[in-house]
Amino acid sequence: MTDSIKTSSTKKNPNYISASESRKISSENRRITDALEKKYNRKHVPESEYLTTMKDPNNTVEFDDLHTYFFTDIGTVRAVDGVSFAVPQGKTVGIVGESGCGKSVTSLSLMQLVQRPQGQIVRGQIRFNLGDKAYDIAKMPGNMMEKIRGNEVSMIFQEPMTSLNPVFRIGDQINEVIMLHYPEKSEAEVRDHSLHMLDLVGIANPEGIYMRYPHELSGGMRQRVMIAMAIACDPKLVIADEPTTALDVTIQAQILDLFRNLKEKINSSIMLITHDLGVIAEMADFVVVMYAGRIVEKGTANEIFLHPAHPYTVGLMASKPVVNRKVDRLYSIPGSVPSPIHMPDYCYFRDRCDRRFDMCNGPYPAEFQLSDTHKVSCYHYRDGAASNRALHNNGFEILN
Amino acid sequence: MNDNNTMLEVKNLQKFFPIKSGFFGRVVGQVKAVDGVSFSIERGKTMGLVGESGCGKTTVGKTILRLNSKTGGEVYFNGKEIFGLGNAEMLKMRPHMQIIFQDPYSSLSPRLPVGEIIGEAVREHQIVPPNEFDDYVTRIMQACGLQEYHKDRYPHEFSGGQRQRICIARALALNPDFVVCDEPVSALDVSIQAQIINLLEDLQKEFNLAYLFISHDLSVVQHISDTVGVMYLGNLVEFANKDEIFSNPLHPYTKALFSAIPIPDPTVRRNRIILEGSIPSPANPPSGCKFHTRCTYAMERCKVEVPVQLDKGNGHMVACHLYDDNSGSEKQPETDEASFRAIGEQYDKANENKTESNPA
Ligand SMILES: Nc1ncnc2c1ncn2[C@@H]1O[C@H](COP(=O)(O)OP(=O)(O)O)[C@@H](O)[C@H]1O
Ligand SMILES: Nc1ncnc2c1ncn2[C@@H]1O[C@H](COP(=O)(O)OP(=O)(O)O)[C@@H](O)[C@H]1O
Ligand code: SF4
Ligand code: SF4
Ligand SMILES: [Mg+2]
Ligand SMILES: [Mg+2]
Repeated sequence: MTDSIKTSSTKKNPNYISASESRKISSENRRITDALEKKYNRKHVPESEYLTTMKDPNNTVEFDDLHTYFFTDIGTVRAVDGVSFAVPQGKTVGIVGESGCGKSVTSLSLMQLVQRPQGQIVRGQIRFNLGDKAYDIAKMPGNMMEKIRGNEVSMIFQEPMTSLNPVFRIGDQINEVIMLHYPEKSEAEVRDHSLHMLDLVGIANPEGIYMRYPHELSGGMRQRVMIAMAIACDPKLVIADEPTTALDVTIQAQILDLFRNLKEKINSSIMLITHDLGVIAEMADFVVVMYAGRIVEKGTANEIFLHPAHPYTVGLMASKPVVNRKVDRLYSIPGSVPSPIHMPDYCYFRDRCDRRFDMCNGPYPAEFQLSDTHKVSCYHYRDGAASNRALHNNGFEILN
Repeated sequence: MNDNNTMLEVKNLQKFFPIKSGFFGRVVGQVKAVDGVSFSIERGKTMGLVGESGCGKTTVGKTILRLNSKTGGEVYFNGKEIFGLGNAEMLKMRPHMQIIFQDPYSSLSPRLPVGEIIGEAVREHQIVPPNEFDDYVTRIMQACGLQEYHKDRYPHEFSGGQRQRICIARALALNPDFVVCDEPVSALDVSIQAQIINLLEDLQKEFNLAYLFISHDLSVVQHISDTVGVMYLGNLVEFANKDEIFSNPLHPYTKALFSAIPIPDPTVRRNRIILEGSIPSPANPPSGCKFHTRCTYAMERCKVEVPVQLDKGNGHMVACHLYDDNSGSEKQPETDEASFRAIGEQYDKANENKTESNPA
């Protein structure tokens, strides 16, 4: 059990920085972020600057080598450090990983809601398919993004209270979203649309809820209202960031059930972020596993859950007890995630990995392909050797 | 006390909180946070306590340690009713019963070094002679996966998982028989969760500890517990051996709760029981069976008659009129596999095209 805590505090605190170092870092930071902010805040940017083409026209979004950094006084946090994956039209992509691995920053980058000015997209593309054309959100100026946000892509957060305005009635808040998107609608039409949305998200008494204030609703009802607002303008993509994490399990079951039903009624793609493997397994068509700002493995839900390949994915699954699946002792991944400011130049998982071998001292492993859809960044799969896989039926069997 | 192995026995425990209102704090009502709960825990065993937020789990944990006053009922610890103890006796009892919380940070003093956090109460209660003190603290820290040089560090220098180790070490240092673990891993990431759960299990074996393990995560509870109690709005609605309750849940709430757990296997598609509505407020709970507003089986009598705990054999206790021999119900369910599945299908039909009907 002692092996599990050898990291961070055995060494000199890596976060320690002297005052003069810190001053140097902040002035350098300001130079970088000022330049990026100036570019972002330009008013009349020709469309050609951010016009792009999708690699596959069937995708709603393509993240391509996205890097989003935070320039802080103690150093640069590489929150998202080269992330590439696609969200196909009408599909649900689940993003899973432990806290701090960059799930939220990935989605906030797409919304251009990363905390400015310290948070910046420094490299890569986020191609967003608008049907007749595609934009690269990473290059888009702020004023253009305002037209996309809420209309073409919307977001549901863990705590709905933070995104609902406490002093306005539920109905007025949904109306506002709809009026922005459909300015041609009359007042009565807007109201009807709002009531229809409340009905769609399973609220039995839409007229009653329409008149309520957010604090008068339970957590589960507030989350339904958030979902109603998020899908009101028929967006191409809905991002749900831990949408059920704050809810009790029976209420979570209601909300997941709602998502499943909605999926058949709307044609939006869904990006579902959660740390709960169970929720991902129930909802997602494709799964992306993140570790320390990078994707370590991605594939279809069946590939990831039935044939996990990366030692981190395998370890994560073996760590979590599953109802009615007995193990005497839980597998536990030793140690903890490296500091995002001082990332190593080898595989980020190496210091915790029980399958490391001599190659792992080399540079960060490239992405190796196990199938058309299944990709993994680990040297064990350098020949795409699926037979080289670690199994975890009961316990931990390693074929090497 | 009938059994030497019983370490803790809780009989009909009640804890009500006054609801105050206005400038003068007039008492206008009561929150019946714990409303007649009975169970017992054997030496060296773990009882899991599950239920949704606000159902009274934490209040049970605190009250049985006498960290709260009680409203009614009795708590026997090693044969002694703890609310009957005088101050001096209670002080002597304290080290034997400890608690660890969900948020390890807020329960650790930020101004004390870790060695002092763990050792403070050891000195106060004279657990070991002064000349053995240092070695003792080191030994306890090592048992919890901490190193000796951590003694001089402060809580903020540790990660969440390590802070929970400090809390565990602090509790363990007093050589307890019993530890209430209130959501000890709920705030931790999965890989860290597993480290802490394994630690708790190792310590239990080594020191013959009994745990009351409170959690809303049923898979964790199933992994760690010997017996399991399910609470709803201040009542213990079902209590049984772990294997018994997971293979044969009886109470309609327990069934719904179990079926709501997401399973990390995309090939499994279950007949899920989706409960309607939200959890009613414990300040104003429904009459009769408190679950009747969400229960698909609710009968007329459920709205007026409070169900009592029934023993269905092997200590499997359930509080539901369906299992009452003179329930007068046609629907009295059997408890074999096949009918359990039938019940699931029935629920599915009942819930088709329906979701939440009860606002707020
Ligand atoms: N505003 C910010 N300033 C500095 N660092 C941040 C900020 N927001 C996030 N980070 C860092 O970025 C990393 C990824 O965070 P996040 O995407 O929120 O993780 P999660 O996977 O839990 O959603 C973390 O190391 C976090 O500390
Ligand atoms: N100190 C207190 N004063 C008033 N009400 C309380 C107090 N502590 C808990 N309660 C109420 O008692 C009920 C049970 O709370 P708690 O035991 O914390 O539930 P759980 O731990 O299961 O989430 C809740 O309705 C809560 O609001
Ligand atoms: S590359 Fe090496 S260290 Fe990294 S996950 Fe694979 S085996 Fe482990
Ligand atoms: S007593 Fe009645 S309402 Fe309560 S759980 Fe049993 S059947 Fe349902
Ligand atoms: Mg997040
Ligand atoms: Mg609690």
